[in-house]
Amino acid sequence: MNRPILLRGGRVIDPSQQLDERLDLLLVDGRVAQAGLALAVPDIAQVLDVAGMVVAPGFVDLHVHLREPGDEHKETIASGARAAVAGGFTSICAMPNTRPPIDDPAAVGFVRAEGERAGFAHVYPVGAVSVGLEGKEMTEIGELVAAGAVAVSDDGRPVWDSGLLRRTMSYINAFDIPYFSHSEDPGLSAGGVMNDGPVSTALGLRGIPNAAEDAAIARDCIIAELTGGQLHILHVATRGAVEIIQAAKTRGVRVTAEVTPHHLTLTDEAVRGYRTEAKMNPPLRSAADVSAVRDALVEGVIDCIATDHAPHHYEDKDREFDDAPFGIVGLETALGVCVKELVVGGRLDLPELISRLACRPAQIAGLPGGKLAEGSPADVVVFDPEERWICRPEEFLSLSRNTPFAGEQLVGRVVMTMVDGRPVFNRLGDREAAPSGVR
Amino acid sequence: MTTKVEFGKDLTGLEGLSSEHITTLLDVAEPFKEISERAIKKVPILRGKTIVNLFYEPSTRTRVSFEFAEKRLSADTVNIAGSSSSIVKGENLVDTARNLEAMRIDMVVIRHGSSGAAQFLAERIPSNVINAGDGQHEHPTQGLLDMLTIRDHTDGIAGRRVCIVGDIVHSRVARSNIWGLLKLGAEVAVCGPPTLVPRGIKELGVHVFKRVEQAIEWADVLNVLRLQLERMKAGYIPSLREYNRFFGVSVARLERAPRDILILHPGPMNRGVEIDSHVADGPHSVILQQVTNGVAVRMAVLYLLAGGSPERAEASKAEGRS
Repeated sequence: MNRPILLRGGRVIDPSQQLDERLDLLLVDGRVAQAGLALAVPDIAQVLDVAGMVVAPGFVDLHVHLREPGDEHKETIASGARAAVAGGFTSICAMPNTRPPIDDPAAVGFVRAEGERAGFAHVYPVGAVSVGLEGKEMTEIGELVAAGAVAVSDDGRPVWDSGLLRRTMSYINAFDIPYFSHSEDPGLSAGGVMNDGPVSTALGLRGIPNAAEDAAIARDCIIAELTGGQLHILHVATRGAVEIIQAAKTRGVRVTAEVTPHHLTLTDEAVRGYRTEAKMNPPLRSAADVSAVRDALVEGVIDCIATDHAPHHYEDKDREFDDAPFGIVGLETALGVCVKELVVGGRLDLPELISRLACRPAQIAGLPGGKLAEGSPADVVVFDPEERWICRPEEFLSLSRNTPFAGEQLVGRVVMTMVDGRPVFNRLGDREAAPSGVR
Repeated sequence: MTTKVEFGKDLTGLEGLSSEHITTLLDVAEPFKEISERAIKKVPILRGKTIVNLFYEPSTRTRVSFEFAEKRLSADTVNIAGSSSSIVKGENLVDTARNLEAMRIDMVVIRHGSSGAAQFLAERIPSNVINAGDGQHEHPTQGLLDMLTIRDHTDGIAGRRVCIVGDIVHSRVARSNIWGLLKLGAEVAVCGPPTLVPRGIKELGVHVFKRVEQAIEWADVLNVLRLQLERMKAGYIPSLREYNRFFGVSVARLERAPRDILILHPGPMNRGVEIDSHVADGPHSVILQQVTNGVAVRMAVLYLLAGGSPERAEASKAEGRS
């Protein structure tokens, strides 16, 4: 067993128990043992001075692509789980659109086992809704859950057969798992590579209208209402979607939603110059959409932040815009982007941000992390909320570098991450006797 | 010429150029027109320069026009077509360009099916890159030759009302015309079936006409675009017959116009679809002058990107007389 760890003098923030105080936090046997003032130090404990730092429940990312099996040159389960802890994430949900897809219990078991073997963040598999992600035949969802899947999704594609979606959303009620929806009307998005608007017109790139998301999200909410199944909308990016989700919540539909750091901060202007690192699906939208999803996150209409971490090899992105794949990496920049834009930007305070990065997503997927209550898993992130740092993709632990934030100054940086009480990422060095302010 | 205008390494579009740049390009094209009228159509301005015409999409008019422009300026040229060896073998654009670069070239003229391909290439190789049409983005030399032709046949571009008719969504010609004409002070409109007009087009500063009759009533100049047959297959319009009936530029429609309208078409034409033969061959058509002007405009572009001075265009041409 690992040595107990005492995190001394940090600002301990746990929105799940409305905790925001300067306290010591003791981790013993992989669990949170105690939070309190001037805690006694067990003899064998490692004591770390984290004064000036925030101590929070490790972040939970419901939406990550790990590319294994099939595209291990982009990311492996181990490299992705390691990049996660570098970004303060202690639990990540791995989407099933690998090659082959995660659509049978053996594949789910593989993801789970590789995650455990790597020993960084907890890796929770998301099973496919349909066999081969083909949108036709339902997978053995019960078997997938028994093997460790925490949700089902055909992410990357919508489940466009409304009959299949109805049966899926009805069936998952037996297993108490959510359906993670990539909501997109393929007839409206067909052939599009960026937001449909003045920028796409100027660049001569085919546009994806907001309606492609809005229409699909409306349908998904209606089917959730019909079936009573738990619906979680991935990567919300439009103002119309916000209104639809709000209306569904008001009616009592079991729907939650996430937004990515990039949809909270960037507009389609970032595509100018045919920058493929700004190409993702759903696409970066207009300033009015960014403003609407920010407001929705603040007000709780959108429940949480997820990265949609989508690694791609540089040579796949270094090509004509039409031919480049969708997606950007996000695990290692999420905190820095969110603190800079939302906390320094005055939209959320730190407890509110942590709630959206850790507590809410854990609740949505029914995961054990996301809180620091006594007896909770000792999944903890320590970060400096004020550190300004330059995003340098060459320093990423992810195998991929495709980020639109390269070279930007971000605010707030992870210094240490613990999973089950084990330090799995540490920029603190040996702080046992060090003064504060060490970089 | 009074203003000193610097040209960059590349010409990827008209959007990023100033009105002074565009005017300079048109002015420099003027003295080059005469070279093509000579018995010996050659001046030594680009002697010793190597130019690659890299055409990933089929093209006759634009490629031949560039090739004549290059040869009449004495450059050495090589044509590579999209169906040719390495491209078919799956070599990517950057590698193709780097290999050409390794053979020490000076300029690349590129036609490519992806929007942004010319800029992509320009950012990755030191040679001058000239966009000969990239996807649905821009076709700057077409825009310039259209403007040169309009200028030749009117009192100038400023204040002129130009309507682009047809498939605006998929047209790089439309975009280059819009940017160039607006910068030179023209009023610009577009007209076409709503399925072929981009939603955000008004924000570029153009009028939109739903009916071609309205466009004809308004315009001094119509630039009639080619309707690609693929658009019908993809369901943007129900049939060519219906397109001709509602959007075709016909003699009957033009006769109702309050003034004579100059007719342009970038070619190749679908006679009887977007334009009737009597219009294409009629007294107000300048379609073949566009083709002639295309060579002069491309000479001007090659000359200026190769570092030629706008003021010395006439003189350097004269140096070519032996």
